[in-house]
Amino acid sequence: MNMDSQVAYEGKTMKGPFAKAIVELGNENDKIVALTADLGKYTDLYPFKEAFPERYFQIGMAEQNLFGVAGGMARTGLIPYVTTYGVFATRRANEQLAIDINYGRANVKIVCGLPGLTTFAGPTHQAIEDLAILRSMPGMTILDPCDAVELYQATKAIAEFDGPVYMRLQRGEVPVFFDENSYKFELGRAKVLNSDGEDLLIISLGLMTRHAFEAVLALEKEGIKATLVHVSTLKPFDTETILEQLYKSRAVVTCENHTVMGGLGSCVAEMAALHGAPIVLRMVGVQDVYATCGSTPFLFKRYGLDSATIVEHSREVLHAKEKFVS
Amino acid sequence: MGTDKVCNYLLKSRNLEQLRELAYRVRRNVLVQAAGKGQGYVGQGLGSADIFAVIYGSVLSWKPENLKWEDRDRFLLSIGHYSIATYATLAEYGIYSENDLKTYCDDGSILDMSANEYAPGFEITGGALAHGLSLAVGMALGAKYQRKTYRIINLLSDGEMNEGSTWEAAMCASSFGLNNLTALVDVNNVMADGYASEVLKLEPVVDKWQAFGWHVQRVNGNEIQELLDAFDCAEKVKRQPQIIICDTLMGKGVRFIETRKKAHFVRVDQNEWEVAFRQLEESKSR
Ligand SMILES: Cc1ncc(C[n+]2csc(CCOP(=O)(O)OP(=O)(O)O)c2C)c(N)n1
Repeated sequence: MNMDSQVAYEGKTMKGPFAKAIVELGNENDKIVALTADLGKYTDLYPFKEAFPERYFQIGMAEQNLFGVAGGMARTGLIPYVTTYGVFATRRANEQLAIDINYGRANVKIVCGLPGLTTFAGPTHQAIEDLAILRSMPGMTILDPCDAVELYQATKAIAEFDGPVYMRLQRGEVPVFFDENSYKFELGRAKVLNSDGEDLLIISLGLMTRHAFEAVLALEKEGIKATLVHVSTLKPFDTETILEQLYKSRAVVTCENHTVMGGLGSCVAEMAALHGAPIVLRMVGVQDVYATCGSTPFLFKRYGLDSATIVEHSREVLHAKEKFVS
Repeated sequence: MGTDKVCNYLLKSRNLEQLRELAYRVRRNVLVQAAGKGQGYVGQGLGSADIFAVIYGSVLSWKPENLKWEDRDRFLLSIGHYSIATYATLAEYGIYSENDLKTYCDDGSILDMSANEYAPGFEITGGALAHGLSLAVGMALGAKYQRKTYRIINLLSDGEMNEGSTWEAAMCASSFGLNNLTALVDVNNVMADGYASEVLKLEPVVDKWQAFGWHVQRVNGNEIQELLDAFDCAEKVKRQPQIIICDTLMGKGVRFIETRKKAHFVRVDQNEWEVAFRQLEESKSR
């Protein structure tokens, strides 16, 4: 495979890329403030708290109040970065996100941990439908960065953007997938990581690109060539880039750390139908079930989000394509 | 399950020695679950063991052999991460085995890190904190309307008093005069980001609940006699929901955990588990 030089996947990690970026932002701009609901430690906010104690607001474990307060602060000209877990933002504080933040386009950056199945604490903590909920909110911007490099860059990029943003957070030691020097995150742009995949198109969101990448390598060993497109901005969706690829390929697999209803897979299906791209699609993601408790590797395997499942779906969709074409 | 269960189905007991023994066994079962694991809520399990012993061993009307008995008292654990204490207690009634306990937090185990209503003995799914009191109000209303005499008991945490939903439920419960509802709060003064008292100003807690129309008591939640007396008093209250605010010591019973800097996740190193079991044993004669 002719994998783009943007990728440097060697098993390295970076500690707290979000923390690093937000402290730098704090130094550059004194309007950047941070708010949390008793999860500062667990969303990598402590370095910011230490650097700018007067700009760090512990709101207490009260997420509805948290997002209301952030909406108020934004209306005074500040740029609040607000952290909690995805479930508590999108499930509990849904109306505050919709009305206090999104409707008035308050300049709040909602940065949320434990995306999808990346938590030990079970269904109460697994944000499996956060993206679907937010995609249905008019005008919302939604990011799901892949790795430490992209998360770091995206944290900085959204400060430049005037309006509400929801970004999924990976905390602690975050894997490095992209090459720090050559990779450039662009808000609203999908990245074609290799374009020589004549057999099949894989579109992956967020950290799923790491698994999709492994799947592409495994498929190559079987003689199957797949193009890999990485999406980190789910909304606004990069129609141009994705459509161009959809027209080239009839067999498509989408991968998301999220329910397959209302996220990336749905987005691609809608787009293909609207633009008349004749594709057969398989969606890798949580298949309309609640997952159990467990470690991330265990859950990814059990619920079919690992690279082996991506490979299986790829083979299967190729098969389906042949039937569809003939 | 084991024949060595002293309390062999300790129910509605008033015997202080038996209840202390049950609390000790709950603590031991907490250690059995957490030992060697890099995760789990050992501090919370140890700190709340006396509360669990009193609730299951003395207060609740329930049938270990029929958990779905229609007229049972309902115990709601909204603080899902305290599930370790429920498993530990129910193991003394044969509902979980020692081998089950050892699978706590393991991939594929039914002993989830967070309370799940699909596991035996849990009335609700906890963990998305501060849902419990509303569900408790609903059950208390449902019982009254259907002229059922069972009681609803909800264990909350000090952290849950940060959430608006707790106070919405509190106002609702007193408006309906739900005297069949008793809440307890485990005030261990710890939350995820540090001491609860530093995360948000919670005190005066007694005054708050009183102002919301509740009958309020505050006790040492590690003193079984105080807990028994508080429940006796609560049961006699007419027309008001009751709350028992329980000050507890996180890690109670294992001295090095008691004195370790308090944190939501208490760190216990691999080589310390043996010491933990020993110190718990010693605590019996303290
Ligand atoms: C609604 C909600 N917000 C945030 C969390 C994440 N969380 C889990 S435990 C915890 C600490 C809450 O403090 P407390 O309930 O008093 O627990 P303790 O630290 O005493 O175990 C937090 C913030 C959660 N589970 N639910």
